[in-house]
Amino acid sequence: MKRSLNTMTIAATFALAMPALAAPTMAAGLLDQVKARGSVSCGSNGQLPGFGLPDAQGNWTGFDVDYCRAIAAAIFNDPTKVKFVALTAKDRFTALQSGDVDVLIRNTTWSSSRDSQLGLNAAGTNYYDGQGFIVRQSIKVNSALELNDASICVQQGTTTELNLADYFRANKMKLKSVAFAQLDEALKAYDSGRCDAFTADASALYSVRIKFSKPEEHVVLPEIISKEPLSSFVRHGDDQWFDVVKWVLFGMLNAEEYNVNKANLDEQMKSENPDIKRLLGTEGSYGEQLGLTKDWVYRIVKHVGNYGEVFERNLGPSSPLKVTRGLNALWTKGGIQIAPPVR
Amino acid sequence: MAPGQPAVPAQGTPQGKHLGPPKNALFYDPRLRSVVVQVLLCAVILFFGWVIFDNVTDNLARNKITSGFGFLSAVAGFDISQTLIDYSISTSTNFRAFWVGLLNTLLIAALGIVLATVIGFVIGIGQLSNNWLIAKLSKGYVGIVRNIPLLLHLLFWYNAVLKALPDFRNSLLLPGGAYLNSRGLILPRATLSGHPELVLVALAVAIAIAIVLYTKAKRQRERSGKSIPVVLPSLFLIVALPLVTALVAVHATWTYPEIGRFNIRGGAEILPEFVALLIAISIYTAAFIAEVVRAGMLSVSKGQTEAAAAAGLRRGQILKLVVIPQASRVIIPPLTNQYLNLTKNSTLAVAIGYPDFVQIFTGTVLTSTGQAIEVVALTLAVYLVISLITSLAMNIYQARTRLVAR
Ligand SMILES: N[C@@H](CCC(=O)N[C@@H](CS)C(=O)NCC(=O)O)C(=O)O
Repeated sequence: MKRSLNTMTIAATFALAMPALAAPTMAAGLLDQVKARGSVSCGSNGQLPGFGLPDAQGNWTGFDVDYCRAIAAAIFNDPTKVKFVALTAKDRFTALQSGDVDVLIRNTTWSSSRDSQLGLNAAGTNYYDGQGFIVRQSIKVNSALELNDASICVQQGTTTELNLADYFRANKMKLKSVAFAQLDEALKAYDSGRCDAFTADASALYSVRIKFSKPEEHVVLPEIISKEPLSSFVRHGDDQWFDVVKWVLFGMLNAEEYNVNKANLDEQMKSENPDIKRLLGTEGSYGEQLGLTKDWVYRIVKHVGNYGEVFERNLGPSSPLKVTRGLNALWTKGGIQIAPPVR
Repeated sequence: MAPGQPAVPAQGTPQGKHLGPPKNALFYDPRLRSVVVQVLLCAVILFFGWVIFDNVTDNLARNKITSGFGFLSAVAGFDISQTLIDYSISTSTNFRAFWVGLLNTLLIAALGIVLATVIGFVIGIGQLSNNWLIAKLSKGYVGIVRNIPLLLHLLFWYNAVLKALPDFRNSLLLPGGAYLNSRGLILPRATLSGHPELVLVALAVAIAIAIVLYTKAKRQRERSGKSIPVVLPSLFLIVALPLVTALVAVHATWTYPEIGRFNIRGGAEILPEFVALLIAISIYTAAFIAEVVRAGMLSVSKGQTEAAAAAGLRRGQILKLVVIPQASRVIIPPLTNQYLNLTKNSTLAVAIGYPDFVQIFTGTVLTSTGQAIEVVALTLAVYLVISLITSLAMNIYQARTRLVAR
């Protein structure tokens, strides 16, 4: 019973956290440990189509999942060398802190306390998001500001739960929230009429809508009530690993910017454009400086694709979610996704 | 182990002990040995505890993870669906949320224990009934309920409760102005004026009178063998006296709930999550209590009941005076276990969104502050204390019944 296991979170977090936190730390850097181990362990969402979800055969797919695969591709030249660990909103930070996973890529908002107090570093924002509401069309609500006194289902352990309280407080509205530890239970309660609205990151709303029995009967309200830069996280204290996780994302973004994609990759290897030469490692030794190989971006694009391709495949118009690029378009195309240069 | 009474005799003691003390008398002295062993054991445990504590604080500091209990006084900033004490999103602290959660847990535990005990005793005695149908039904209850995991009970009742009830627009209007819908049971809320405290006084007085009556009747019965009925009159008194006082001394203004845009507004709510959890946990634990009761009753030998019957006692009297006092000694220890299980099982509330202690404190507070070790340690302490208090109460009760029975 997966659920009953998850409800035993206290026992689990404690059991996981104690021995790991109680053990003296080892000296070798995480990158070397990962190389020696032969796989990256990646904390991922296990329930969110489009972001992270294993199928019946245990094959993981999703936008966050592909970021993990890109890390594996860069290190091992093999995107399958990832061990995915499904984490709920509640367990995710403990799992990372205790060393159970090497990196957390699970639609997790970058906030100051998570970046400092939790002993973690946000490495890179792979999706700029914000919080929204979804309601049944039949209740005839056009704005979140009309939700005074409404019952709202929410998943606990998220920034979502806290933003919700803030929003109602700021707008002097009465809130009746019902908080669930599990996404599925929260959705079921909303679907069965226990709540008037369900609130989550807008990206998650696209994703959960396709889970409903009749998706067309639900509408997403126009208000976005918060900013949620969804980012990858690593533990404090290992700068090399921090750099790798950060630059894998930047590599994918730069690849999109310089139009390096799966289809034209081998052609681009012959490019005379100095930016592309540095990116693909035909000039300089920027990959080695990161502790990777010269061809690190080549490996990523070959096995996983550039940022745009990954977005398209998992979230874009051709996917069931049909998310537009919006804020996540490149800075050159009206969005805010920008990566520092490789040089 | 009581000192000086080792369970295993010190080994190496020659069989001919009476022949005189062996050479290393000190080494073989069982009392000294047990003290030494215990001291060593304590030292080892303390040492490991210290090593763990030291490493934890060290690693926390190295990873710059904040520690300490300062987070308890920070504003919680999240909403809780059921609060027995005042709680505000904007000003209440995490420590307040701690108490809100704890009270919600205690509420479920207390009501669950009462309900499960009542159902459990009925089913348990029912299993031994001479009536074929009652016995079979009771056995069937135990067989079915006990073999389905509690989580499924919980999801079943939650979904059954939610699905069976109308949505709020079609709320059932109950007599008295209450509403029932899938968001819960919404009762008229009373604002009391006059002297509501007198009702409590009346209740106390009624209970005191009942106790006096009971002891008088008991003494009378022991002296003369004549028994006077006291149970019904006392119950009547306990209900009637406060009721009459309330009618005379208290004036209530009722706020009736009314249908708003999204919810029924302005009444006192009982949440469906609460009802589902209470029903599931009581029904489930009752099956185990029934077995405990049955075993206890069977432990009283048939000879006892037959002798009591031969002495002319009625069936009810046999149960009350002969069987139950003896059975209770067998029943109480395992019954205590069931009470502890019930309290701990109530943490499954997280599955259906009832805001119990774990849901609020070990859930939201933990994730919003990130201080897993402190929060989990406090959680362990809370459940430990609840369990110890429950066991203590049951032990006291058992000690008293034992004295009375002998
Ligand atoms: N971005 C927010 C919310 C993240 C989050 O957990 N979102 C929910 C969607 S409501 C989710 O992905 N739940 C899936 C699960 O717990 O399995 C945060 O970092 O706190």
